[in-house]
Amino acid sequence: MSIKIEDLTYIYNPKSPFETKALDRVNLDIEDGEFIGLIGHTGSGKSTLIQHMNGLIKPTTGKITVGEFVMTNEKAKLADLRKKVGLVFQYPEHQLFEETVYKDIAFGPKNLKLSDEDVDERVRESMELVNLDFELLKDRSPFELSGGQRRRVAIAGVLAMKPDVLILDEPTAGLDPKGRDEILEQVKFLHEKYNNTVIFVSHSMEDIAKLVDRIIVMHAGKIELSGTPKEVFRQSARLESIGLGIPQITKLMERLREIDTDFNPDIFTLEEAKSEILKWIRSNKDA
Amino acid sequence: MLKDITIGQHYPTGSFVHRLDPRIKIIITFLYIVSLFIVSNFFGYIFVVIFVFGSILLSKIPVKYVLKGLKPLMVLIGITFIINIFMTSGNVIVRFGPFSVTEEGLYQAFFMALRLILLVMGTSLLTLTTSPIALTDGIEHLLNPFKKLGVPAHELAMMMTIALRFIPTLLEETDKIMKAQIARGADFESGNLISRAKGLVPLLVPLFISSFRRADELAMAMEARCYRGGENRTRMKELKTNGRDYFALGVGVMLISILIVNRVWL
Amino acid sequence: MGKIVQIKEVTFLYESNDQEEALRALKDINIEIDQGEFVTIIGHNGSGKSTLAKHVNALLLPTDGDVLVKGLNTKDEEHIWEIRQTAGMVFQNPDNQIVATIVEEDVAFGPENLGIIPNEIRKRVEDSLKIVGMLEYREKGPHLLSGGQKQRIAIAGVIAMRPDCIILDEPTAMLDPSGRKDVIETIKKLNKEEGITILNITHFMEEAVDSDRVIVMEDGEIVLEGTPKEVFSKVDTLKKLGLDVPQVTDLAHELRTEGIELPEDILTVDEMVMELCRLK
Repeated sequence: MSIKIEDLTYIYNPKSPFETKALDRVNLDIEDGEFIGLIGHTGSGKSTLIQHMNGLIKPTTGKITVGEFVMTNEKAKLADLRKKVGLVFQYPEHQLFEETVYKDIAFGPKNLKLSDEDVDERVRESMELVNLDFELLKDRSPFELSGGQRRRVAIAGVLAMKPDVLILDEPTAGLDPKGRDEILEQVKFLHEKYNNTVIFVSHSMEDIAKLVDRIIVMHAGKIELSGTPKEVFRQSARLESIGLGIPQITKLMERLREIDTDFNPDIFTLEEAKSEILKWIRSNKDA
Repeated sequence: MLKDITIGQHYPTGSFVHRLDPRIKIIITFLYIVSLFIVSNFFGYIFVVIFVFGSILLSKIPVKYVLKGLKPLMVLIGITFIINIFMTSGNVIVRFGPFSVTEEGLYQAFFMALRLILLVMGTSLLTLTTSPIALTDGIEHLLNPFKKLGVPAHELAMMMTIALRFIPTLLEETDKIMKAQIARGADFESGNLISRAKGLVPLLVPLFISSFRRADELAMAMEARCYRGGENRTRMKELKTNGRDYFALGVGVMLISILIVNRVWL
Repeated sequence: MGKIVQIKEVTFLYESNDQEEALRALKDINIEIDQGEFVTIIGHNGSGKSTLAKHVNALLLPTDGDVLVKGLNTKDEEHIWEIRQTAGMVFQNPDNQIVATIVEEDVAFGPENLGIIPNEIRKRVEDSLKIVGMLEYREKGPHLLSGGQKQRIAIAGVIAMRPDCIILDEPTAMLDPSGRKDVIETIKKLNKEEGITILNITHFMEEAVDSDRVIVMEDGEIVLEGTPKEVFSKVDTLKKLGLDVPQVTDLAHELRTEGIELPEDILTVDEMVMELCRLK
């Protein structure tokens, strides 16, 4: 499902002393099946933007088109939109409430008024997607699971709605490296399997560089940069000026380019850096 | 949406009223509330109105802002007004079937509504001009003499402080959980009373769980910072009264005296 | 130099309700920390690192063994407040450790509990807020601050008690990169300029690079210990434990497997550039 955002502006607490413009005339096109990384630090407007895509907030001005749904300030068919767009909030495990893992994951599908068999089918399927053992865990209370498992239950709860667009707001926040890598793997797997549109919000460049087709960088309510990871990483000075950390590898390659301009500017993964450096050293030895 | 609630919000301007000792302000507010129940005629109301508007002017808070605090109570004030109009017996002016409007009813309804409005304005002026922490400090000090009678003054104040501290945090969290459940197709807005109450479970359970977790962590953090109750505890800010506090207290006492005189002798 | 924290053969069992067998969260841990040292403990969730931190502040008492803070045993109840004042603690969630509704009141909370006179508290609050760079926010409500700012307020609240040692239990886990950077810089400053001993618990390896000593925990035990260079050169062991290593250390490791002669202990971009230039 494609998403088109036109001239979207959103103002918090309008006409009060606390008035703040969270989004400032944002224009954006996301194609069906695209895997997007949305980056920006706290307060850059990225959370406000994704909440619009799910109809949780209505634009102050401007228009959003998700598939065939159109949303403006006056007009919105939100319930239908939400069936198509799944949103996994930050620290999603904080929204768990049911006695058992099964019931919690079934909450979404039940709200869609599906039959019991369909609900069952979806719970099984989404548990499998996030790598949770159905038989072992379905009757357990979500509150006695480990932090990483709880988070996966919460993500399964959104997947069970079978959204055409999946938005994840910092799904790895607070997890240790192992937990983080598991979630990253699963999101990648999901996207490959269903080829759905995925929007992955993060403030870690390292995490998403390898995953996504396109990176969108937000700053002060506007889109600062948009392009393939290579295109975005090439602008490392600009990224640093808006307070976003860049991976060590990017920094290293930049320094090496200062020494020798023959270095390829488009390197941002460890493997690429390795072969580039090997090439460099070996060519030097030959010379 | 939930952030719009303004009751109890501090509006700092640094005015004369703001700088008064919180204890004095609490006492004056108390006198003022008593005054509202003593006042019995038009003449008395003039004094109360002058007092409250005078205080608002002095506090440099826009009158409009103070009146905003009335909004959520308009329904209650309206109901009181209507009940008083129809339920008071006396000289009948108009009749609607079994209901009749009397001269006394109109009079009563008008003053009852006025009394409620003045009550809300006066008390919200206290919270608007006093920071929550100063307010709890004031309450703690005023309760201190009753400690010997078993009133846990310090504990009550600590509880209030923590409650005030966590109100914004919990409102934010409520907003977030609500949105997260709406994104999973939850419906908080339609249906009858029972289905709506049931619909709140997905909101309340996570909220309770997180509140308990917060309480647990906060208790540990407080313990780590050597908190062990009110014993031997000092305060960074000590309350001190000076000339302007006594002046303000004098005005408050004068108001209530005039109203007592007015009620008893006139 | 004196030993500020001594952890001697500490074992800790978590009491568990449904299992017969109690969970052994710590197994025979021995650590000694010098006055003024900056120690980082890394390990993933459930490795026992937070449990260990709470022992130093006497929030938990060892099942077996002893924890001494400035020579005082945490099991000794009459010294408990002295221990907590000496070894201050900062927790993971910035929201759940701020008590007051105004920044300066919160920083004053610790000294108030210690019964310090008002003028002295005022001075300490000002000093502490200055050190963490939050003085201009002294009259703000904590709910208006960012996560990183709140965490710095929490640190100020601990410094105001004039501790010799601060234990930070994953202080940056819930922060964004800029908040994380601010907090880490503040911690380093405390160590260098104020001479406060730091025990930082984290799962971000970037935070460990500049410390004096790194301790890696797994399953309630210490598996690696040494300077950052010593620890991070064990790339394979760390990866097996599911922990990160700095990207350039990883890269150097990979290049070594290809026969490039690089030292094992490269941690920063600068070192890497220098070494590569040398090879040229």
